[in-house]
Amino acid sequence: MAIGLHNSDFKNPVVRWIDQRMPIFTMMQKEYGTFPTPRNFNYFWNFGALAMVNLMIMIATGIFLAMHYTPHTAYAFDSVERIMRDVNFGWLIRYVHMNGASMFFIVVFIHIWRGMYYGSYKAPRELLWMLGVVIFLLMMATAFMGYVLPWGQMSFWGATVITNLFSAFPLVGDWIVALLWGGFSVDNPTLNRFFSLHYLMPFVIVGVVFLHVVALHITGSNNPLGVEPKGPQDTLPFHPYYTAKDSFGLVIYFIVFACLVFFVPNMLGHPDNYIPADPLVTPAHIVPEWYFLPFYAILRAVPDKLGGVLLMFGSIAVLFVLPWLDSSPVRSMRFRPIARISFLLWTVCFFVLMYCGAMPAEEPYVTISRLATAYYFAYFLVILPLLGRLERPLPLPESIARAVLGGGPLPAGAAAKPMEKA
Amino acid sequence: MLRSTLKAFAILGGLLAIAPTPARAAGEAIAIPDTRFSFDGIFGTYDRASAQRGFQVYKEVCSACHSMRLLSYRNLRELGLTEQQVAAIAAQFTVVDGPNDEGQMFERPGRPSDRFRRPFPNQQAARAANNGAYPVDLSVITKARLGGADYVFALLTGYQDPPAGVTMMDGMNYNRYFPGHQIAMAAPLNPDQVEYADGTPATVEQMARDVTTFLAWAAEPELEQRRAMGVKVILFLTILGGLAYAVKRKVWADVH
Amino acid sequence: MADSGGAAATDGTPRRDFLNLVTASFAAVGVGAVAWPFIASMQPARDVLALASTEVDLAPIVEGQAVTVMWRGKPVFVRHRSAAEITSAREVPVSQLPDPAPDQARVQKDQWLVVLGVCTHLGCVPLGQKPTDARGDYGGWFCPCHGSHYDTAGRIRKGPAPRNLEVPQYAFTSDTKIRIG
Repeated sequence: MAIGLHNSDFKNPVVRWIDQRMPIFTMMQKEYGTFPTPRNFNYFWNFGALAMVNLMIMIATGIFLAMHYTPHTAYAFDSVERIMRDVNFGWLIRYVHMNGASMFFIVVFIHIWRGMYYGSYKAPRELLWMLGVVIFLLMMATAFMGYVLPWGQMSFWGATVITNLFSAFPLVGDWIVALLWGGFSVDNPTLNRFFSLHYLMPFVIVGVVFLHVVALHITGSNNPLGVEPKGPQDTLPFHPYYTAKDSFGLVIYFIVFACLVFFVPNMLGHPDNYIPADPLVTPAHIVPEWYFLPFYAILRAVPDKLGGVLLMFGSIAVLFVLPWLDSSPVRSMRFRPIARISFLLWTVCFFVLMYCGAMPAEEPYVTISRLATAYYFAYFLVILPLLGRLERPLPLPESIARAVLGGGPLPAGAAAKPMEKA
Repeated sequence: MLRSTLKAFAILGGLLAIAPTPARAAGEAIAIPDTRFSFDGIFGTYDRASAQRGFQVYKEVCSACHSMRLLSYRNLRELGLTEQQVAAIAAQFTVVDGPNDEGQMFERPGRPSDRFRRPFPNQQAARAANNGAYPVDLSVITKARLGGADYVFALLTGYQDPPAGVTMMDGMNYNRYFPGHQIAMAAPLNPDQVEYADGTPATVEQMARDVTTFLAWAAEPELEQRRAMGVKVILFLTILGGLAYAVKRKVWADVH
Repeated sequence: MADSGGAAATDGTPRRDFLNLVTASFAAVGVGAVAWPFIASMQPARDVLALASTEVDLAPIVEGQAVTVMWRGKPVFVRHRSAAEITSAREVPVSQLPDPAPDQARVQKDQWLVVLGVCTHLGCVPLGQKPTDARGDYGGWFCPCHGSHYDTAGRIRKGPAPRNLEVPQYAFTSDTKIRIG
């Protein structure tokens, strides 16, 4: 082997030639081929891969939509309808993009939920978790700006309401709002900059996703037991085991996606967004996209403008410090009976908030929102820190292999009996 | 493990399914009756004869006030009209074009590539001619209203005398299904208002059904292609899913 | 699952390989099918295709004069040819032309020549419409980009262009009006 070349194990001469000079094949083999992965993943562990695929779908459809879209208040609505009517398969690409946003949030919500249930945020995966929260924030910003682009009534008024949130901040608030608008109200400059940023941010997300994966491949994945693999008997090579499992999950995901796109493409949208934006008429009932509803409900639960805004941002900011709020050394909720109940209740509160966010700001929804908001924060700030000290976890299994195979440590591959799939 | 995973998904899925629905149900609740249309359901298609009659209703009744600015005459080909019929329809309208070589705008007969003629040049003119009420553009009306086609049909057939005790504002009309019940548009359809070439009796309900079918087509012209493609895609994915599952089981067989 | 891969089993191929192959082929078909709508979306949209006709009033164009009109985003040259120009176009033996075509095949009425004003070399607009323009060695058009000379029938005579100026589809709607496209 010549000096300076990478020592490649590949036999194919072309692959080998490239790999010696730029070992991407070795890297892929290491990170996605032989990568030791806990053997006991359930299907919740598919959602990271699904989110990655979803991001690619959004970028691909978005690039093609941008070829036909016009970011100008006078043309935006019509250019979107032109995509729907005149561009070949434009309706398909647009509906995939539109419902892809919803699919993305469904996938990411489940992905985050899984991380919280199985304690994936705990040491040594804190940075991995925080990078994930960054991705989530970027996604929300991207989705918000994307929703403005069709320039329907909900686009316009959603943009107006959300950008006005920033005016709550003392001293700099109005300055920030003017910066977002580029004028005296949401108007053409706003639409133009949102289009520019909406095109840019997905690529920033790709960058952070890359870091997220790098961090993951240092610590390795968590697993449903929350017990670190202790040796080769606890892990499987990523390929073919998890490539096969992820592929199956991916097809199921595509089926759900296709049902939305082909049969109820507008179910998760709002009819008002098919009315062109009119700065003189506010729709009777402004609701954000469904994935923002829980946070919108938290905003409205507080009677004070600044307080509501701070609490809304705080509801996501608290996720950054979650690894330090939860001091229990046990990761998986399977072994934390009280924390498990508390977390499932938190999950219910999340959906209650989602429901209340869709309802008009009147009783009983305001009171319900307040209670749910209180519990949302109490879970993070009170319950988890207390449980870390007080809760007595169930006994943890010695190792993954022992728990999975139900006997003493076995030589790899010598399965004693058929067991449930997953 | 699979069982608990499935259970968790079922709960999450159930919650996700119900959570967003109130977003649509919110607002003043007026029950919109469910009307059976040819395009309902997964395999529904637009009744072409009905949609063609609906275009006639739009042309002879609605288009006096309501624009459909996103549609072009050429789109009518998709309703089954021939190229000559479309050209003849387009030629009935006068279109402003230009400027010509002298810099003047001029009028010419419409062509299939022209957009539907708009009754008013702009929103202000439309308001001025309609006591301040703006006759909305109907291009995507069934996508732009809660209840879609059902709502449009209900609105067109929902005119009645105001119930006792309801004071109507000046120039308003009572409609059962309009939010707030007071609508500026007078009942647009009267029996035998249009004469159908195919001899279909032009009852109010028939005209409302026809024009609603036409408007639903105008809002979602891709619907039939979309659903047909969807059925194929789902079939394909189901087979692929079965194969992927078989592969997955095979791969995992030596682990369990 | 019972072993149903009979063909695969007889030649000794492990069943998993056969199953993998079928699944991979299916997935590949799926990916190919997904690519198509994206590619098709870049083709001209329906409204673009529908706008493909332009009317030209010939009455104001006097003999020897030419006008340029826009059709499908490209210039169309409409030239009212003089008798001398027609003659010069018809005197040339067709066999000597780089892209042989008789003048009669390029016009519907002798005095009206309608051609796309796009050089067949690399798409520049040739000079020759304005009276002050250089018209090249053959009295038609001259493309300044790479020096192609066209004659009074819009045929290539000299230079790198491979073909004659294209004649668009057009029809006389009356004696003095044509519709292009």
